[in-house]
Amino acid sequence: MMEDLKAFLIDKVLLFESDTLSPETEKILQQVRREKTDKPVIYISSGTSSVIAGSEKTYSTVESYIKENIPSAELVRVGCTGPTNFNPLVCIQIPGKNKLFFRNITEEKVEPLLNGVFHNDISEDDLVGQTGTRGFELWSGIPFMDELPFFSGQKRIVLGNCGCYDPENIEEYIARGGYRAYIKAIRHYTFDEVCTIIEKSGLRGRSGGGFLTGLKWKNALNTSSNARYLICNAKESDPGAFTDRTILESDPHRLIEGIAIASYAIGASNAIVFIRAGAGHTRNRLQKAIDQAKDYGLFGHNIFSSGYNLDIVIRKESGAFVCGEETALINTLAGKRGMPQLKPPYPTTSGLFGKPTVINNVETLMNVPLIMQNGPEWFRSMGTPNSPGTKVFAVAGKGRMSGVVEVEMGTTIRTILEDIADGIRDGKEFKAVQLGGASGSFITRENLDIQIDFDILKEMEIGMGAGGFVIIDENTCMVDLVRYYMEYIRKESCGKCIPCREGTGRMLEILESVIRKPLNEESGTTLERFKGVMQLETIASVMKDTSLCGLGQTAPNPFISALKNFRDEFEEHIFDRKCRANVCRGLRSFSIDVDKCTGCTACSAKCPVNAIYGTRLQPFFIVEEKCIGCGVCFDICKFSAINVK
Amino acid sequence: MLFTIQVNNKKIKAEKGETILSALNRNGIIIPTLCRMKEFTPTGACRMCVVEVEGNDRLVTACSQPVEEWMKIKTHSPRVIQARKTIVELLLSNHPDDCLYCDKNLKCELQRLSEELNIRERRIRGRKTKPRLDQSSPAIVRELSKCILCGRCIRVCEEVITATSLDFINKGKETHVGAAMDRDFNFSSCVHCGQCVLVCPTGALHEKHNITEVQEYLHKQDIIKVIQYSPMVTAGIAEELGMRYNREFDRILNAVLRKIGFDKVFTTGTGTDICITEIANQLSAKIESGSDGSLYISACPAWVKYAEQYNPSLIPQLSTVKSPQQITGVLIKTLVAGQLNAKPEEIFSVSATPCIAMKFEARRDGMMRKGISDVDSVLTVRELARLIRLHGIDLTNIEHEPADEPLDGRSSSAVLAEVSGGLAEGVLRSFYYMKLKKEADKQLFKKLHSGGSFREVTIAVGDLEIKTAVVDGLTGLEKLKASVAAGKNYDLVEVMTCPDGCVHGAGLPFTASRDEIKSRSKLVYQADETEAVNLPCKSSALINLYEKYLKENNEISDKKIFYTHFEKRNVLL
Amino acid sequence: MSTDLDIILKKYKQGKREDLIPLLQEVQEVMGYLTEDAIVKVGGFLGLSTTKIYGLATFYDRFRFIPAGKIRIKVCNGTTCYLNGSQSIISKLKEEIGVVPGQTTRDGIFSYEVVACMGGCINGPVINVNGEYITHVKVEQLPELIKRLKYVIEND
Repeated sequence: MMEDLKAFLIDKVLLFESDTLSPETEKILQQVRREKTDKPVIYISSGTSSVIAGSEKTYSTVESYIKENIPSAELVRVGCTGPTNFNPLVCIQIPGKNKLFFRNITEEKVEPLLNGVFHNDISEDDLVGQTGTRGFELWSGIPFMDELPFFSGQKRIVLGNCGCYDPENIEEYIARGGYRAYIKAIRHYTFDEVCTIIEKSGLRGRSGGGFLTGLKWKNALNTSSNARYLICNAKESDPGAFTDRTILESDPHRLIEGIAIASYAIGASNAIVFIRAGAGHTRNRLQKAIDQAKDYGLFGHNIFSSGYNLDIVIRKESGAFVCGEETALINTLAGKRGMPQLKPPYPTTSGLFGKPTVINNVETLMNVPLIMQNGPEWFRSMGTPNSPGTKVFAVAGKGRMSGVVEVEMGTTIRTILEDIADGIRDGKEFKAVQLGGASGSFITRENLDIQIDFDILKEMEIGMGAGGFVIIDENTCMVDLVRYYMEYIRKESCGKCIPCREGTGRMLEILESVIRKPLNEESGTTLERFKGVMQLETIASVMKDTSLCGLGQTAPNPFISALKNFRDEFEEHIFDRKCRANVCRGLRSFSIDVDKCTGCTACSAKCPVNAIYGTRLQPFFIVEEKCIGCGVCFDICKFSAINVK
Repeated sequence: MLFTIQVNNKKIKAEKGETILSALNRNGIIIPTLCRMKEFTPTGACRMCVVEVEGNDRLVTACSQPVEEWMKIKTHSPRVIQARKTIVELLLSNHPDDCLYCDKNLKCELQRLSEELNIRERRIRGRKTKPRLDQSSPAIVRELSKCILCGRCIRVCEEVITATSLDFINKGKETHVGAAMDRDFNFSSCVHCGQCVLVCPTGALHEKHNITEVQEYLHKQDIIKVIQYSPMVTAGIAEELGMRYNREFDRILNAVLRKIGFDKVFTTGTGTDICITEIANQLSAKIESGSDGSLYISACPAWVKYAEQYNPSLIPQLSTVKSPQQITGVLIKTLVAGQLNAKPEEIFSVSATPCIAMKFEARRDGMMRKGISDVDSVLTVRELARLIRLHGIDLTNIEHEPADEPLDGRSSSAVLAEVSGGLAEGVLRSFYYMKLKKEADKQLFKKLHSGGSFREVTIAVGDLEIKTAVVDGLTGLEKLKASVAAGKNYDLVEVMTCPDGCVHGAGLPFTASRDEIKSRSKLVYQADETEAVNLPCKSSALINLYEKYLKENNEISDKKIFYTHFEKRNVLL
Repeated sequence: MSTDLDIILKKYKQGKREDLIPLLQEVQEVMGYLTEDAIVKVGGFLGLSTTKIYGLATFYDRFRFIPAGKIRIKVCNGTTCYLNGSQSIISKLKEEIGVVPGQTTRDGIFSYEVVACMGGCINGPVINVNGEYITHVKVEQLPELIKRLKYVIEND
């Protein structure tokens, strides 16, 4: 059946000339898509976030269960569908009825759940909702998935396939219309025509730069050369970003198709996927998908008699955040230290091995097959006039819901924060949203109604970034958070140019001096701290103005944005030596409640600086000048007798 | 194609395709640079040359940005000056405050920038990089705490010398310049040419100092202090002391050196003449025996180390004749010692050179005789100039004196040896005279001196055809290899590590321009044109040596002292 | 050891600099870390100086020059895990294991590193021990965990 299916898919689907497929073909495809099935199907989310939550154990437990109890059932691994706080997400499809979704099904919950479902006794506990498919029976009283605020606020186009099909199965992707746009492009369009379609759609680079993709492709295409390269930057080491990884694990085939079409558009016969080092699971999945695509003849020589040759390889990165920068990436692929180069020349003129090279982000490339399939006007019908389409975000932090989400351009930050992420959890106060990871800025309550749009954000001096969206609550110290980002950037700076190499180090030192407790408190040091912060502003502005690459240029952004929006917190740290979020250990001090203290001496024994004195069975006291705020006493006291000041 | 751009509200002319910096410099507008090297493509590492271009959010580096017709540039706006100042302050915050004790004091580019930008307080403070001092190499000292990571040394070592013994190690703030496996320099493939020292803007790289040692010995009463210097040294000293060089400068220098305290002053030129003669003898022997393979001139110690490391198979073809410095040195310890009735260990023999690698050469195994080095200490031109300044001698007011016999005369071939192609020409001239008993027409050898890193010339000597190759800078080695692989067989090959030859030696005064080096070459050619004695065999000093002294002295009459040996080196390549 | 390297080198073409990183990655995978011998040999194979290769390998965090521990711990230090207290996990590990991130203990048992976001944000702080994920890690759990892992290795 496998071999026949492959030949069938190639002949009747991929190479089928007309845009609409024949009814007989559609019938078979429905089967492949499991839309018409007479067996129960159980889908388990299997991306890294799910694995971390225990989905592999869930998978084995379900496997043994159905072997024993429902041998006809099919078990499928799918990508990430929804909120990561629902992982492991299990979807059950009973023949003839809508799919049901259940959340947080760790291995011990498998048996009661499946027992319940297959005996028509669906417990409300972990039920999330149902998805409707035409012709299937509705479940009464169960909400629809797309009515949930998490999904209703989104427009899942790029993520459209995520969680719906087995990413290790190319047949399912083809059955969903995959690779047809690619075959059509290489057989019926010229390179330039493909570029024009993308240009007309207004697609802008989704890695933060926002440059018109079609224009970038044309620049490369119009530079005469005997070779060109297309590189997909799937590196994503930004702290707090996991969109690319999720896409790679959930829908690798669409990415591969996007890469293939992009390669064709620029006339490249070599495509490289530059992927993150640690993610073995992700890489294996992508490699499998590539191997399957090669097996179907979608790569190689004279692909489907179109005259086009394309080869694709995966290259692992080796642990350097700066290699996300275009020229640094090119240097890494050329076997050199991954240090950025001067631009001009731009990579589209002279890139890898001196040939025109286009580097595109994963999300950008995911849009390409859809635009080719549905036309540029369809793409323009979404989003804003200057930023058509959608944007994927990795919502994380202190929101109630988190995960990879996709919204139309023009959506407000408030929608994502309040509707999709459902506000702050644990009843805490909202403080800020951080867009853009280590190079990003903060958005406070006053600005929540800003629309997501490249130009609007740029005007407000907020970078879109690659898609990080971290929700911060009152328990986060802004100064400490800025220090965290600066520490990351300092570690990842390549060291080539002076402003970034020296500037990040000095900025980090000054920030540390603000949050650290000095050995003795003199008025001189307060002045020095204040002077230090003034210098921070100078260094930050020089770094922004003169650094060689994007890493250095955007490194001061968190600081500048935090200083603008939370200046009072900085001043509290410097002058009042207080951290209102109680995070900065150096500024905390503890005191013992004499009414509660039993004199058990547990805290005084643990104190690393011997700041706690007293006699046994009598209340102890803490010498404030000696206290370094480490909190060990607070953690160890069984009587809650220690208070944070 | 010329067009106009606006700079600081004035219109200037710029050419299409040139960089902003080039357009500015041509119109007399100077902006500071730091990592830039004239003949190399810009790297954009220092960001000092930033300028403000209207329409650009950020400041733009002038060294790399091409001019465009519509540009409106501001080179000294407050924003630009603040940027440059902060960049230098950031550098200084991680630099030892050691200027007064530093080798580059008064010559340091960072010092100059700090002064130009009027930096008057230590605004930025913080932790400084851990210091590391690498004194393992006999020729070059690395002080990593002073390194500003401009990358010039790395590029020179890779692109000009092709030894690639330096690279950046680690990243970010932990970046430092290091050799293989970050070990000390003497484990690496460094050939000690010192071209990195010439380009280093701060005191992070400098030559190993022998001044203190020399000074110590100068005060010893029971030691005979002797110094030799090569022709280029005179021109170099004149440059370094800011005086005009003339033909009489040699004799001024002799007097100065005696005033400093040297008992005997010799010229390395005599040794060069001997070197040329012996190599010509070897060439003659090789041709007569009809053997295949080439005779590689080995006067350049950096080239010798390079060959021993990378091409040990060439060792049998390296001429075993010692370099001029070493020949003069060994004669001092044997012949001169005998004449003075002194034991070799009672002589302290110093050599002043334009080269840093000679410091390494003097320590070589094959450069010793009965446990005593031929040359005890090597001073670069810069060091010798320091020594002269230290002794407060007024060079404008001094008698002219000749050098000491028997090592006091030389032919102009000895001067010619200081340029690339010169030593080969000297050898060929001698060979020509040997075979045909008449002086060759100088036009015959013109091609040895024209441009490019690899030159090949066939010289007709009677009915013999001597195929000669000149490798000017080690980048030419690739071309030599390709040529040999294609079947060409050369009789004589001269290889010089420093491009243009010893006039570009790393011991000479710091200069940023190729023009100054060209003017040194001009002096060399002038000397060769105007001097009366062009052949070594016509030099009275040489004649004396060969006819009289060598024959009289049994110990050295077999001329074995003029020969050395080589060995394969075990370094991390 | 050198025969392992020879097997790897056979898969590549000589003199192609762009193969340097994949080659070094493979060498590290097979041999566990980059030895001086391996670097010199790779240099000879690709026609690059040892200095250049060492300079490149030290640029990237992933290349090791000492063997990793038998127990390799990765601690996620992504933004959300940081906000959930990954710093105290890292400090505690430093205290319990006794080395800084990137180093290996003298007995060769433990090594740990700090990595960027692994994707388990909602379940943070997250650590990965030899491929197994542990979520919602608390500082108090660590001493027991280290003890247990050490016991397993020592009695294997």
